Amino acid sequence: MPVYSEKVMDHFTNPRNVGEIENPDGVGEVGNPVCGDMMTFYIKVKDDRLEDVKFKTFGCGAAIAVSSMVSEMAKGKTLDEAKKITPRSVADELEGLPKQKFHCSNLGAQALNKAIEDYLSKKKGEAKK
Amino acid sequence: MRKVYVDNAAATPLLPEVREAMMPYLGDIFGNPSSLHDWGDGAREAVGSAREQVAALIGASADEIIFTGSGTESNNFAVKGLALAQQTKGKHVVVSAVEHFSVLHSARTLEKLGFEVSEVPVDKHGMVDPNDVVRQMRKDTILVSIMHANGEVGTIEPIGDIAKITRERNIAFHTDAVATVGTIPVNVAELGADALSLAGNQFYGPKGVGALWLKKGVRIMPLLDGGIQEEGRRAGTENVSAIAGLGKAAELAKIHMADRMKRLAPLRDHLLRELPKRIERVVVTGHPQHRLPGHASFCVEFIEGESMLMLLNSKGIAVSSGSACTSRALKASHVLIAMGLSHEIAQGSILFTLGIDNTKEDMDYVLETMPPIVDRLRQMSPLYAKFSKTVKGGK
Repeated sequence: MPVYSEKVMDHFTNPRNVGEIENPDGVGEVGNPVCGDMMTFYIKVKDDRLEDVKFKTFGCGAAIAVSSMVSEMAKGKTLDEAKKITPRSVADELEGLPKQKFHCSNLGAQALNKAIEDYLSKKKGEAKK
Repeated sequence: MRKVYVDNAAATPLLPEVREAMMPYLGDIFGNPSSLHDWGDGAREAVGSAREQVAALIGASADEIIFTGSGTESNNFAVKGLALAQQTKGKHVVVSAVEHFSVLHSARTLEKLGFEVSEVPVDKHGMVDPNDVVRQMRKDTILVSIMHANGEVGTIEPIGDIAKITRERNIAFHTDAVATVGTIPVNVAELGADALSLAGNQFYGPKGVGALWLKKGVRIMPLLDGGIQEEGRRAGTENVSAIAGLGKAAELAKIHMADRMKRLAPLRDHLLRELPKRIERVVVTGHPQHRLPGHASFCVEFIEGESMLMLLNSKGIAVSSGSACTSRALKASHVLIAMGLSHEIAQGSILFTLGIDNTKEDMDYVLETMPPIVDRLRQMSPLYAKFSKTVKGGK
């Protein structure tokens, strides 16, 4: 029996939205190479909506599939909607993740959230100016 | 699609002759070797001749061979059994930092039982320095266990020199030779050890069978108590068909070893030489000369081993990796870390272990398939992006 679901394999072998965004509105980076996985998310925001989401990931098949799935789930959503993406909902959309990978590789939602936080704090900073 | 199996350290294919040798004991000759009737005789004969065949492969005598259920069991048996049998003399055990978990975790169990364990470091090639073994010696040292070759990086350790040290001090010496027996010449008299582990599925024999060679006169405490199988040192009805298969595999290994080595080494060298030429920032792991004939191991920087493994699998190539993500424990290979590699580089571990079915065309297919896979993963990697920006000046 394969370790990963078909959905995970699909997102791993054909990841959506790989890359960087030039002059992004927000960037979120999580993980470190020691624990195995590293994800960077880039977002472009227009009218409180995620107009574009891109990512770069260093990690296993699950980490890459998670990043791809999060980017797909988030694209087009409002910031409030996107913040509701959780590791559980990502795993569900991927039709499950191996138990040992759930915590280690499932950092996509966190990275996206960080990118949104980054955007919001920048916006706040500009508003103050 | 071409299929290239280069994960022979995990399991070797079963040779047809070996399967043939096993079949009678999965059929008519089903008796228990301990039984005194005709049904038992046939099974007992099979175990007896397998014992001769295994002994012949390593230059031992048949009554020094104890059959076990795996290399892991042999290592558990040797480390725990030798230490426990000698605990009245002392309670200090020495192992190397790159041992298989079946040795390291057995040593950890001994610690819980009141023993003390010292670890001998390795150099950047994964090689133990015998002088470091001397440094760990104490008055109460009763056992040294250092592997003959490392299955992850292929480095062959200086077992003969280490055995001299233990012999002078009258300390029991066990070597885990799972990676070497059946692959390169192993002669117990030349090695000078007191105990040696081997396993069938490393040299085209079946899984679920191994053996411990125990030098005549060396005391050991059994792990399994029960009947008097294996002279009372390993109770339990023998796995007759697997033992017969191990015997046959040993016989074939002895006959064909020189040819196999002659075939494998050039293929290995081709891979070791060419892969770093075709992919930038690839580190060869293990010793450049003292390494197993079919063993080529690398760390590919900026990407992770499991994702490489899976993409290679989708192209019909079977490999292993020592990356944290590949291990169920989610820990980087202790071998690579002991060799001084960073966790980041160890994440890119990839391991090709060649077997007798492999050809030059297989190697060329690997060399052709790897670069685009590495490139694809690097395009996704934030670490590679940083490297490109800083080192390569934003190329």
